[in-house]
Amino acid sequence: MIIAATWESGGLGQAGREVLGAAVRLGAALGDDVAFAALGMAAVDAAAEAGGCGAARAFALEGDYAASGAEGAIASLAELARELEARAVLLAADEQGGEIGPRLAERLSGTAVTHATSVEVADGRLLWTRPVFGGKAFAAVTAHVEPVVATLRRGAFSSAEAMGGAAAVETRQVPVTDGAVELIGSEEPQSGVALEDAAVIVAGGGGLGSGEAFAELEELAGLLGGAVGASLVAVDSGWAAPERQVGLTGKVVSPDLYFAIGISGASQHLAGIGGAKAVVAVNTDPDAPIFNTAKLGVVMDWKKFVPVLIEELRRAAP
Amino acid sequence: MHAVVLLKQILDWELPPRKFRIDQETKRPPDGLAPALLGPFEQNALELAIQLKETGVVERVTALLAGPPGAADALRKALAVRCDDAVHIVVEAPDLHDPSQTAELLLAAIRRLEPPELVLAGRQAGDWDHGQVGHLVAERLRWPVLGLVWQVERIDGRLLAWRSGVYGSEQFAVRLPAVMTVTSHSSLRLRMGNVMDLMAANRKPITTWTPEELGLGPEELAAAGRLELADVWVPEVERHCELIEAEDPAEAVAALLDRLEELKLLKRPA
Ligand SMILES: Cc1cc2nc3c(=O)[nH]c(=O)nc-3n(C[C@H](O)[C@H](O)[C@H](O)COP(=O)(O)OP(=O)(O)OC[C@H]3O[C@@H](n4cnc5c(N)ncnc54)[C@H](O)[C@@H]3O)c2cc1C
Repeated sequence: MIIAATWESGGLGQAGREVLGAAVRLGAALGDDVAFAALGMAAVDAAAEAGGCGAARAFALEGDYAASGAEGAIASLAELARELEARAVLLAADEQGGEIGPRLAERLSGTAVTHATSVEVADGRLLWTRPVFGGKAFAAVTAHVEPVVATLRRGAFSSAEAMGGAAAVETRQVPVTDGAVELIGSEEPQSGVALEDAAVIVAGGGGLGSGEAFAELEELAGLLGGAVGASLVAVDSGWAAPERQVGLTGKVVSPDLYFAIGISGASQHLAGIGGAKAVVAVNTDPDAPIFNTAKLGVVMDWKKFVPVLIEELRRAAP
Repeated sequence: MHAVVLLKQILDWELPPRKFRIDQETKRPPDGLAPALLGPFEQNALELAIQLKETGVVERVTALLAGPPGAADALRKALAVRCDDAVHIVVEAPDLHDPSQTAELLLAAIRRLEPPELVLAGRQAGDWDHGQVGHLVAERLRWPVLGLVWQVERIDGRLLAWRSGVYGSEQFAVRLPAVMTVTSHSSLRLRMGNVMDLMAANRKPITTWTPEELGLGPEELAAAGRLELADVWVPEVERHCELIEAEDPAEAVAALLDRLEELKLLKRPA
């Protein structure tokens, strides 16, 4: 059995579809069935939909799994993986998957493979590919132990397709944990376009020099109907919120258009924008590595360029 | 309370991709390709440890590192920002790829120290980029763990920690002893030690252990292995960037918008 698991808030979303798609193809290659497990508020809806997209069994793991950090999710997935004798458990490589993956693998005496970008079956063994050295290289790894708990990089695996058919949703309760980690409070999800879904992203980096500069990017993003992203340096400097960070340890995005403004183009940043249709770079340094990735480049101080761009777009706006 | 902070040196992570190479023999970058530095999230973890000492949450901080002889530099840095002790598990090349083996080494050392109540690690070391070691150490100690933390306070016997979640920051109360992995934050940029502290750091002893001394000879380490590195390669990425040639900003903006429209990447409202 291969398990695909998600924790999306609004039913089966893009992350869930990708994880399920990977599981269905892996299951077909190994001759294994796929079970889909959904955690959280919309678990039943997500599980029901997964049943029509190739999952032989669909589980809704109900309960407030987030209240214990990742503990509730880990405990319930471990139980399911043991019961189904899973060879592999696939998760999204987001902030939650990073918490669950290694610990779930450890409890199952397996191993985690994080940020996987592909998997193939070679001589009956699974060969996983993952970026290393910040995306400057790729490594192929195999496990000596089973199961493998893999976290999958967003955008690297194609989505599950509707195939008809349905699986009866089996409901389980997330176990109550010992309370060693207890949620006290959290920020409300921000309204507006999520970075992962934005068609246009205006991202700023170390070259912006201040938090006020990000207000200009907000305005530019607004005019383009897009969202604001940031590099690690910009987040580290306190100019942009951590959930705006794009890259290896931030969001993986796939907009049509990605403006990289005052961003050098370090491999760890590029790791997040491989799915962008076109990158436009604005940078004072003609040798900045970002120009090796960008489709269009402007070698100019953003302070001169961005205000004029904003003015031009404002003028053109109806 | 005694805290241990886990450190690692990595190849300069900003080395441009076109200069990066892998030696097929060792499946690692060739020696001397770029300097080894204390990784950014390890810097954040170290800064957090020092801040917790300043706010009285912890009394003593030990910096613990597994790595080649040269990685002692990172421990000197830790001593210079006033870590109390430094411990170096000397691992000769090639470095360990498998996070299970790394965790096993660090655990063996932690078990020899004055028992800590808090272990801090960077969220992800920028060489193999696994993001696993902190979590594995916690599981094997059977301690709770919270990842992506950037601020910690003490409340009635527990720690109150702020972390980066999927949608924004989250706050958790965590029972001790515990492990936390640390992410970057504007409040966690590593301070510079002053000259006096740097000089003092050079005189402080660093405890060194070999894997064998920790009971982890080649056989035991191999037994702790779970992941095999089959291959490492550098992808070919050659892309042509079309530079917008323009004298002044107005010209550049007009030219860019024209090209974006031609490429059907942007529609200007009529
Ligand atoms: C394990 C690990 C994970 C990481 N994860 C991420 C990640 O997820 N995301 C990420 O972004 N980074 C990540 N990094 C960090 C990454 O290596 C780089 O340090 C970072 O991306 C650099 O950000 P930057 O290009 O904005 O800043 P800088 O390196 O400071 O570059 C600033 C750029 O702005 C240009 N500039 C300066 N002034 C102007 C001006 N007036 N007008 C126009 N251009 C100007 C400069 O020429 C330069 O190219 C990670 C690193 C590690 C080790």
